Amino acid sequence: MPEPIETSQESAAGWEPRIVAFFCNWCTYLAADLAGTSRMKYAPNARVIRVMCSGRVDPQFVMEAFANGADGVLVGGCHFGDCHYQSGNHKALRRFRLLQRVLVGMGIEEERIRLEWISAAEADKLRDVMNDMVARVTALGPLHLEVPGEGPREGPREELPEVAELQEVTA
Amino acid sequence: MNPADGSGNGQPKIGVYVCHCGTNIAGIIDVEAVRAYAEGLPGVTVARAYKYMCSDPGQELIKEDIRANGLERVVVASCSPTLHEATFRRATAEGGLNSYYFQMVNIREQDSWVHTDKAEATRKAQDLVRAAVHRVRFHKPLERSRVSINPAVMVVGGGIAGIHAALTMANAGKHVYLVEREPSIGGHMAQFDKTFPTLDCAACILTPKMTEVRSNPNITLWTMAEVDKVDGYVGNYTVTVRHKPRFIVEDACVGCLECIEACVYVRGKTPDEFNLGLNMRKPVYIPFPQAVPPLVVIDRDACIEFKSGRCKKTCVEVCADRNAIDFTQTETFDTVEVGSVILATGFKTFDPKRTPSYGYGVYPNVYTAMEIERLVNSSGPTEGHVTLRDGRTPQTVGILHCIGSRDVNTNVYCSRVCCMYSLKLAHLVKEKTGAEIYNFYIDIRAAGKGMEEFYNRVAEEGVHFIRGKVADVYPEAGKTGRVVLQAEDTLLGRVRKIPVDMVVLATGLEPQADAEDVRRTFNITCAGGGFFMERHPKLAPVSTFTDGIFLAGACQGPKDIPDTVAQAGAAASEALALVDRGYVEMEPNTAYVMREECSGCKTCIPLCPYTAISRVDGKAQINPVLCKGCGTCVAACPSGSIRQNLFEDEEIYEEILGVLAHA
Repeated sequence: MPEPIETSQESAAGWEPRIVAFFCNWCTYLAADLAGTSRMKYAPNARVIRVMCSGRVDPQFVMEAFANGADGVLVGGCHFGDCHYQSGNHKALRRFRLLQRVLVGMGIEEERIRLEWISAAEADKLRDVMNDMVARVTALGPLHLEVPGEGPREGPREELPEVAELQEVTA
Repeated sequence: MNPADGSGNGQPKIGVYVCHCGTNIAGIIDVEAVRAYAEGLPGVTVARAYKYMCSDPGQELIKEDIRANGLERVVVASCSPTLHEATFRRATAEGGLNSYYFQMVNIREQDSWVHTDKAEATRKAQDLVRAAVHRVRFHKPLERSRVSINPAVMVVGGGIAGIHAALTMANAGKHVYLVEREPSIGGHMAQFDKTFPTLDCAACILTPKMTEVRSNPNITLWTMAEVDKVDGYVGNYTVTVRHKPRFIVEDACVGCLECIEACVYVRGKTPDEFNLGLNMRKPVYIPFPQAVPPLVVIDRDACIEFKSGRCKKTCVEVCADRNAIDFTQTETFDTVEVGSVILATGFKTFDPKRTPSYGYGVYPNVYTAMEIERLVNSSGPTEGHVTLRDGRTPQTVGILHCIGSRDVNTNVYCSRVCCMYSLKLAHLVKEKTGAEIYNFYIDIRAAGKGMEEFYNRVAEEGVHFIRGKVADVYPEAGKTGRVVLQAEDTLLGRVRKIPVDMVVLATGLEPQADAEDVRRTFNITCAGGGFFMERHPKLAPVSTFTDGIFLAGACQGPKDIPDTVAQAGAAASEALALVDRGYVEMEPNTAYVMREECSGCKTCIPLCPYTAISRVDGKAQINPVLCKGCGTCVAACPSGSIRQNLFEDEEIYEEILGVLAHA
């Protein structure tokens, strides 16, 4: 049974949480597609970024999302035994547990970061997780994250870096 | 090449195309608002909206803009990349760019179809487009690598689906490994008496195909065998097959069946699986007369030699110098290389003991439809005489439809075949016994060629139809041996109680008990209900999400024999199209090491499930042929010196910033 959710004051004032979701290509991304073809309805707050495997989710991706204004981060992968790459989800899990402890230590509530195993057939689970995540993060209110040396970060960066500058690294 | 060339402001020129998809997207998302938003994003030089981007004119827009406006990157916001990513990559390439200078945005399956608030859905689309615009700037030109395909194929399951698929491919000149776990191929169809709606004899149409399998030089038939392990990838699967001991030397046995006669058991004491336990068989037996291969098999759980080791072994005596009986056989394994696999693992029938109110297993004259199939069959346990367990011929028969189908307590889906096989059994039982037959149904589903006509024919023969589910089955008073079927006749609007001699439960179709294990072995997905999931319900009905693995028959969902055969043919032609091309193109999403940055810490090496990473001269090295592109090593590298094509850190960071950039 989900615990009862207390609603913070800010959430009453029309604020909507922003959630970044990292979904694996083989299970959870397909579940999200299936939810679409099944015309299920869920909260529109999450923005999905597709990766090949939940094992590709670098803890820095999660940090970066929080640092740039995400109120919650959802990672979706295949159930154990179902990973398209045999065990990428196990590796995601062990990284996730550590990451969650670090984030909690930084003052980010545990419920803002969530890892779920959702198979390609579980569109209903995807819908429920999306709605539940949005409800819980809404109840927590906006994340006021202090970025060291910069003070509270209000919004995302304004200027895009020059591509050539960044490209040098990848070249 | 510096992708920033030619744009004048340090950014590559990006074209954004927003698809209406008729009203599928435009009905919820303000497409014009998304287009206008995209137009204002840095680097975007062209932003267009179009009714159907996947159409020829839609793709032409992209090609024309690349040629005329010097676009260097393309973003299309439309449906899921699983549907049209390949389409737009091709259009990008045909316009003259590297096909990987493209990024797709899913605003249909994951936006317009799942949200109702138009403003929120539009905002989400804008965020996603922005993320793609951010990301696509960092795309690199990539090439797909080609890997050759092993032309051999494997078919798992030797029912009518597997048989048809195997024969189709063998006749096209491909070598087929047909793996069946039972001692004979034939599957459920071999157990049927007649087939609806034409009433042709199942054995008469099936056995010629079974013998063809045995005689076809391109087919390696392995019965009593199961797939143990699958490695590799499309075009190059390595499959390990486990052979269970038959205790018969296959090459030596001539199928004379003398050993069965000679067995120390005078009478069989083991329930005969093929006849659903309606008669008994001996420890050495042939599954059914037309079995392929036509070999006997020894049941080690029933054979005295295995139990005590002190049997007289009369079977061995009679086999004499053929020496076909070998009690020392053990499990063996074979490993074969195939390019493609067709799964045709079939179904199991619903176990009516799960719905105890129908009295199966309690009242002796309650049967399943499969049992009646064997009773009406002339090679069945009663040689085709429909008799009750006490030997009487039934005068009244009730057929209960939808047992384990269309029921929230068991399976919600319709099993598709039960209406028609119930009509067939009604016809056959009436023909053989002259009994009064009552069908209790919810709806008669007689869709398909010749089906409604068959329904009319059976109704004209005097079979009764009562629209209503049987609520209770109880013994008639006075020890008549009959049971009373109580149901509400919803057309008459009153409760009816009909005493019958025989009850037939039209049990539905369910996934095989071990479908979950098979699914894992082959790395595919099960849909709701547990049947294997097809890649697309309409456009890729025999493909799976794992390339090179195809589906045929009832393992994908309940279906009748004509549909099963059609699907098996489709799966065979998909597999043929794949292996005949001779090569597969691999998605270039492999990981690679920045050697100068690698510290040689070896963190990545044990993470790779494909042992693609090795340590060469103190640094990690990734074999691109073995790498499948999961990216786990990329995320784990402490110094960030492993990168992944198509999923570079920069690309993902830009996506993160992009989706969060909206004020």
